[in-house]
Amino acid sequence: MDDDWRPTASLENIRLRAALLAKSRQFFAARNVLEVETPLLSAATVSDPHLQSFSTCYNGPNLPPDTTLFLQTSPEAAMKRLLAAGSGSIYQLCKAFRDGESGARHNPEFTMLEWYRVGFDHFALMDEVEALVQLLLGIDRQFERSSYRAIFERHLGLDPHHASLGVLWQCAEAAGISGGLTKGELERDGWLDLLMSQLIEPQLGACTPVFIYDYPASQAALATIRPGAVPLAERFELYVTGVELANGYHELCDAGELQRRYERDRLLRLANGGAAPACNRRLQAALGAGLPASSGVALGFDRLVMLAARADSIDEVVVFPVARA
Amino acid sequence: MATYSTNEFRGGLKLMIDGDPCSIIENEFVKPGKGQAFCRVKLRNLKSGKVYERTYKSGESVEAADVMDTEMQFLYSDGEQWHFMEPSSFEQFAVSEAAMADTAKWLKGQETCLVTLWNGVPLSVAAPNFVELTVTDTDPGVRGDTSGGGGKPATLETGAVVRVPLFVDIGELLKIDTRTGEYVSRVKS
Repeated sequence: MDDDWRPTASLENIRLRAALLAKSRQFFAARNVLEVETPLLSAATVSDPHLQSFSTCYNGPNLPPDTTLFLQTSPEAAMKRLLAAGSGSIYQLCKAFRDGESGARHNPEFTMLEWYRVGFDHFALMDEVEALVQLLLGIDRQFERSSYRAIFERHLGLDPHHASLGVLWQCAEAAGISGGLTKGELERDGWLDLLMSQLIEPQLGACTPVFIYDYPASQAALATIRPGAVPLAERFELYVTGVELANGYHELCDAGELQRRYERDRLLRLANGGAAPACNRRLQAALGAGLPASSGVALGFDRLVMLAARADSIDEVVVFPVARA
Repeated sequence: MATYSTNEFRGGLKLMIDGDPCSIIENEFVKPGKGQAFCRVKLRNLKSGKVYERTYKSGESVEAADVMDTEMQFLYSDGEQWHFMEPSSFEQFAVSEAAMADTAKWLKGQETCLVTLWNGVPLSVAAPNFVELTVTDTDPGVRGDTSGGGGKPATLETGAVVRVPLFVDIGELLKIDTRTGEYVSRVKS
C-alpha cells in the first residue's frame, strides 16, 4: 500500500505554521502595514538569469486564445505597481513558484512573506526584519551586520569586488568544492555564489543571525546601486544558522535603469541558451509614473517554519511537497 | 553515450567520473535565492572504493556508467579466478581476485551473489548477507557456557576466521553475517 497520500509534515508543525502566520499578521497590523493580494498568474514574469518560471495557457473571455500566463516567482512586480499607485506600505503572504528548485531547502511551490516600506532605506528595513524574526523565533539577542566584502575577507581572505575569476576559482579549488567544474564554466558571480553558498553560508548566523549587505553591483537585481569607487548594490540578506532566510532591497526607482537591467538579463539568458521573457511593461510604466522611495524584502516563510521547528528538511514543514503534490 | 541530467541524480545512480565508474552516495541541491543553482554530489569510486565530492551546475549532463547489479550463482574457483553463472542465460563470468576482495572467504559454492558488472566485466561481488559454514578448527568447546562472553577464534571450511562463543565445537554449522563478519547463531542440523 502506498502511503504517499499522507502529509510529510507533522500535525505539530502544521499547527506551528498556523501560529507563525497569525503572529506575522498581528505584527504588520500593529504597524499599520496593509495586507494585499496580487495575482499569482500574470502576463509577465521576471528576467533574473537564474529564476525559471512556470507558464500556462488561458482560454476564455477578455484575452486572446491561448494567452500565456506565468505563475509568479515572487509578488514583487505587482506589489511595486501598487506602491506606484499610492498604496503606502504593504505586505503579502502568498505562494510563489520557481521551476527546477527542489531539495532540502527548496520546493518549487513555496510560501513567501514579502513587504514594502515607503520611506525606509535598507538599514531601516533590516531593523524591522530583525524585530519580526526575533518575535517569531523567540530570539532576544541583537542581530549582527556585515558587508559582503567584510564577510569574504573574514572567511576566505579575499576581496570579492576585486578578486579575479582566477583567484575565485583557486579558492574553490583549494577548498575542494570545485570538482566537476572547469574554471571557464562559471562567470565571476557564479564562483562568488559557489564560495558564498558552500564555504561562508554554512557558518553564517550560527549563534546570532547576521545581515549581509552591500552586494556586488552585478548582483543588484532590482536594488538601487550606490555609486562610488566600487559601486555597490543596496541589497541585504539575512542568514540564521546557515540558512538564507530573507533578501531585501533599497528599491530601484529609475525606469531607465530598470530597462537597462532587463536588457542585460535578456542577453545573459540568451547567451546561456535560454529564452528571455518579454519586458514587464506594466512594471516599467509604474516606475515611469513614479515609485515612491522605499525598501522591500522577501522572506522564505517555509524556511522560517523550519527554523522554528528545528527541521532539517522543508518536507517536514510543507504538508505535500512536490513529490507528493 | 548515455547521460544523466543533474535533475535525475539520486542515491545509487552510476556515473562515469574521470574514466572510472562511480555511484552517487548523496546529492544536494544548492541555490542562493538570486544566484546560480548547483548540485553537490558525494560519490564512491566503484573500482577503488574512494569517496569524493563533485559540484555541477544544475541542469548539466554527466556521462552514465554502464553498471548493472546482477544476481549470479557461484560455481567454483580455479585458484586464480572465481567463476559465476547468470542463472537465466547460463552465461559464465570469471572474476579476478582483486574484484573478489574480501567476499571470497565466505563462498564455498552454489551461493547466489550480487555481481556488479561494468561494460559487461565484473567489478565487484557481494556475498549473500548470511552464509552457513562448518567449523573446521577451534579450541575445544566449553560445555554449558552459553554466556557468549569472551569468545574465541574459529576457522571455517572456507578458511575464514570469525570470533565465536566458547561453547562452539569443531564440526558445528554456524550462521555468519558477511556484512560484519560476525557470528549470528548455531544452525541445528
